[in-house]
Amino acid sequence: MKNKIIRWGIFLLSLVFLAIIAFLVAISTGEFKISIFDIPRILIEKEGTEYTIINHLRLPRILLGIAVGGGLSLSGAILQGIYRNPLVEPYTLGISGGAAFGVAMAIVFALPMTIGYFILPLAGFTGALITIFLVYFLGIRQGNININNMLLIGVMISFVSSAAMMLLMAITTSDNLHSIVFWMMGSLDEPNMSIIRITMIVSLSALILSLFFSNSLNALRLGETNAKHLGINTGVAIRILFVLASLLAGICVASAGVIGFVGLVIPHLIRLIAGSDFRVLLPGSFLGGATFLIISDTLARTIISPNELPIGVITGIVGGIMFIIILSRSKSNFKMS
Amino acid sequence: MPSFFSIKDFSCGYSNRYVLENINFDISKGVLSGIIGPNGSGKTTLFRGITGQLSTKKGEVYLNGNDLQRMTYKEKARHIAVVSQHTNATDITVEDYVLMGRLPHRKKMRFFETAEDYEIAYKFMELTNVIHLKDKLMSKISGGEQQLANIARALTQQPDLLLLDEPTSHLDITHQVQILNLIQKLNHEMGLSVLMIIHDLNLAGEYCDYLIMLNDGKIHKKGLPEKVLNYKDIEEVYNTVVVVKPNPISDKPSVFLVSEKILNKMED
Repeated sequence: MKNKIIRWGIFLLSLVFLAIIAFLVAISTGEFKISIFDIPRILIEKEGTEYTIINHLRLPRILLGIAVGGGLSLSGAILQGIYRNPLVEPYTLGISGGAAFGVAMAIVFALPMTIGYFILPLAGFTGALITIFLVYFLGIRQGNININNMLLIGVMISFVSSAAMMLLMAITTSDNLHSIVFWMMGSLDEPNMSIIRITMIVSLSALILSLFFSNSLNALRLGETNAKHLGINTGVAIRILFVLASLLAGICVASAGVIGFVGLVIPHLIRLIAGSDFRVLLPGSFLGGATFLIISDTLARTIISPNELPIGVITGIVGGIMFIIILSRSKSNFKMS
Repeated sequence: MPSFFSIKDFSCGYSNRYVLENINFDISKGVLSGIIGPNGSGKTTLFRGITGQLSTKKGEVYLNGNDLQRMTYKEKARHIAVVSQHTNATDITVEDYVLMGRLPHRKKMRFFETAEDYEIAYKFMELTNVIHLKDKLMSKISGGEQQLANIARALTQQPDLLLLDEPTSHLDITHQVQILNLIQKLNHEMGLSVLMIIHDLNLAGEYCDYLIMLNDGKIHKKGLPEKVLNYKDIEEVYNTVVVVKPNPISDKPSVFLVSEKILNKMED
């Protein structure tokens, strides 16, 4: 037992260490270089251009990166656990489709101009919420939750909402089209500090809450029936975890757009390294996702600086290639749950 | 005195349709009982009904005088352990798998296994002879070893009653006998009460103290193996001609099949 705790402790601590390094690198790199060693002094003095750059440009991005990266990855780990399917990610269930449709509607009806910019994340979250609601209630049959039904309904809703969004894109002006596409590519550039705060609070609370269900998720690895035999009320556990994971994904998508790949790849990566026990997989996925997104964002804004690449491009290319390399090198057969 | 395990006027099934109707039986403590019956007779459904996985049900199920249907899943798992037919052979080590048997006993806010959990799990891994496999993955060991690990996990739950759903299906005779000898030993030495679904009538006759024969969702006959396993009842339930003779060594009833060719010859 002691060995296991020590092994997990070392693993999680090294992830924290990596996250701190990524954090420092992200703060110091950019068009305007700031030495890592100057950072404490700048933060204490609280004045000058460097302080403005850190406090107003880089720090908010990094904080949103931690919240969204950690959140999406945690959500993916939970959903893969309850669906016992390695291909499930937060977006499989139509959450991104719903959010994107909500945002597209808001843009087409010119709501950002009339009400204000904050309407976009709100519309995105509403879209995600409606999708979650539909998947949840259509997936329940005779009071029992049907996992496979939910999955199929989610995939179908995803198709329907992307078709509806294409319709909106086809009939709207090119300015609106540009805004929609730009939002969909995802970005950590969020001027509203309250949105960053909310995302961070939700993300961290979801992490803590999900840890209480780590043993239920572990039992679910043996299948729903066997989990029940081990005393897990699977109906209740799956419901709570589904709502938790999808709300989390909804908030992340609403505040940062559709950033793909984090929710799919990072949990698998952590599973390959640390094993499938959810007690280490959940915090590991959160830390891994946060670090990965901070690094990706730093790359996105420096590679062709002063211009910026969409962060989804980086997460897709870097994440995908990295994952294929690790997967083909790992000796163990890759297996879910 | 109420009996150890009793089922009264129990009916259960799926989607508001009863598969099993008016099941009544009692089992005394420390008895190794078997459920037999042809495919589709409702054996597995009965298990699902007992463990409370079916919403369509009526009647009573009592264990040690406690109403099982009023217990939470967690309480139930402390009293009844189930070894199901299918193991989800996942990427989990045998040790972690067996330790999962402690989940029903884990306190709400506890995150990790206690030293006691390990002690109990190791004890039963030794007893079932899988301790040397403890670091192997469940998906990398043989079917017989998986079944032993399953039993170790169930024992780690420290149940009053052990339910086994065809513990020897898909196994060769070496492992069939190994598993059943183990179950008999647990029953004999630890006084563990066992209720198992068993397909093989010979094994049922050889190992069980009490048999319940199901047919078409009802109990056809129950009692000692010598009483239940006779050619008339077997022919009626299974639609097959058989010969039942006592095993020359154990004196338990043994069932012999006769091929159609020989039967036709005899009729001529």
